[in-house]
Amino acid sequence: MKPAEVRARERLGQAPPSLEVDGLTFAYPDGHPALRGVGLRVERGERVALLGPNGAGKTTLVLHLNGILTAAQGSVRVAGLPVGAPHLHEIRRRVGIVFQDPDDQLFMPTVAEDVAFGPANFGVPTDQLAARVDAALAAVDMTGHRDRSPLHLSGGQRRRVALATVLACEPEILVLDEPSSNLDPVARRELADVLGRLDATMLMVTHDLPYALQLCPRSIVLDDGVVVADGPTRELLRDPDLLRRHRLELPYGFTL
Amino acid sequence: MGAGHAHPLHLPGTSPVHRMPAEVKIVAAVLLVVCVVATPREAFPVFGGFLLLLGAVWVAAGIPPGWIARRAVIELPFVVLAVLLPFTGEAPTVVWLGVTLSEPGLLGAWNILVKGTLGVLTSLTLAATTPMRELLHGMARLHAPTLVVTIATLMLRYVDVIVAEAGRMRVARISRGHDPRFLWQVGATARGVGALFLRSYERGERVHLAMLSRGWTGRMPQLQPGRTSAAQWLVGLSPVAAGVALAVTGWVLT
Ligand SMILES: Nc1ncnc2c1ncn2[C@@H]1O[C@H](COP(=O)(O)OP(=O)(O)OP(=O)(O)O)[C@@H](O)[C@H]1O
Ligand SMILES: [Mg+2]
Repeated sequence: MKPAEVRARERLGQAPPSLEVDGLTFAYPDGHPALRGVGLRVERGERVALLGPNGAGKTTLVLHLNGILTAAQGSVRVAGLPVGAPHLHEIRRRVGIVFQDPDDQLFMPTVAEDVAFGPANFGVPTDQLAARVDAALAAVDMTGHRDRSPLHLSGGQRRRVALATVLACEPEILVLDEPSSNLDPVARRELADVLGRLDATMLMVTHDLPYALQLCPRSIVLDDGVVVADGPTRELLRDPDLLRRHRLELPYGFTL
Repeated sequence: MGAGHAHPLHLPGTSPVHRMPAEVKIVAAVLLVVCVVATPREAFPVFGGFLLLLGAVWVAAGIPPGWIARRAVIELPFVVLAVLLPFTGEAPTVVWLGVTLSEPGLLGAWNILVKGTLGVLTSLTLAATTPMRELLHGMARLHAPTLVVTIATLMLRYVDVIVAEAGRMRVARISRGHDPRFLWQVGATARGVGALFLRSYERGERVHLAMLSRGWTGRMPQLQPGRTSAAQWLVGLSPVAAGVALAVTGWVLT
């Protein structure tokens, strides 16, 4: 499918699923296999948690969703568009990735400029940039820090700004790599409020199982490069054998 | 503003010179240097005129001359070269304090010294009043080759990355009891430098991937609206008019 075709179908309300991953296999250049035939499908507006132990391949999978890494075998489609060279820019406009480490994401001298970077690249006219920046910073409650350097913010504040830099691009699919790590309990809850208000399709990588339960009705468990479970979050978290097998653990005292 | 973008040659401020669009300042600086270079070396008083001109810009920009002078030491290697010339140059010679000096060598040294110094001072003035990213935007607006702007942008990014990474690694080393003052621990510092480059490189790569994810196409997007007006060009290039007048005077004098 071509971008124009996708848009035509979207108008007719027959939009293809947000995300289709099929038989995805990938090994890092050092020969380490990270993904071994991953398949999954996320519909429009769905919120899905991606769970799994350290080294399962979650971040590697995320990097395939906007063509940063390219599949050795298998395919990734975003809104019906195959992820690949001809329309990478379009894909990256549709898929917003918030990286695991905010320090990888933030590089401009001020918060406001960093937030403006993405939309400017995606062709938002300069006179509309300020409004985009204001809205994104307001969404993460960081308006007061707009002229500070991201390097001088606390870890949690940086994380919120990193989210704002992606929200400002108004992506259709929001991919978050461990959004709640390093946040204090209040910031963690506030971030959940922010994420809960968004309309975008969401794929959230997390080790924080209660967070997954709170935000995502559906969860996918990835272990050793393959999908080992896919279903309603509550049901998955109620299965102690499944959790144990894949090194997942509910916090002490947490019951469902 | 931190982020290392306030590079060591930058003196933050809000003067009219600071607020002048970067591309105007770049063009003005380049043209002024051309004027300096075009002035015949024998027109000694004219070079004083150039210095006065720069002095006027420093006053307008609120830059203390001492601040500029301290940074002008980057010129020292050229000075060494220039000082050698009178001893190695050809005839005719002059005898000064009993030392035989080559006359063309003397003039050559003076030429390098005075033009080099004025060139360095002009560049420092530009750098002092223009933050790095503004310089990059200015270059982009002047349609400098995309490759040049991209490389400069990436360098800027790596400098930040390396500085931040070095800071983190130093803290981690000190927290584990490393005291860089002890000579026998110099090895740890040296190994740290190696690790620093590797880690900075890897982090730089990840930063680059994150930039790609936000649609980076190798060109810094323009973040603020605003066009450079004809009036700004006129005001910004006025020192160049003075520079041209000085250079012409130089030619008339000699
Ligand atoms: N740049 C790389 N080069 C080689 N191997 C890598 C690289 N990045 C990751 N790997 C390996 O690929 C596997 C999957 O890594 P990945 O980062 O996707 O895991 P993850 O599920 O995100 O883990 P975590 O929960 O710790 O973030 C791991 O075994 C890891 O060691
Ligand atoms: Mg990861």
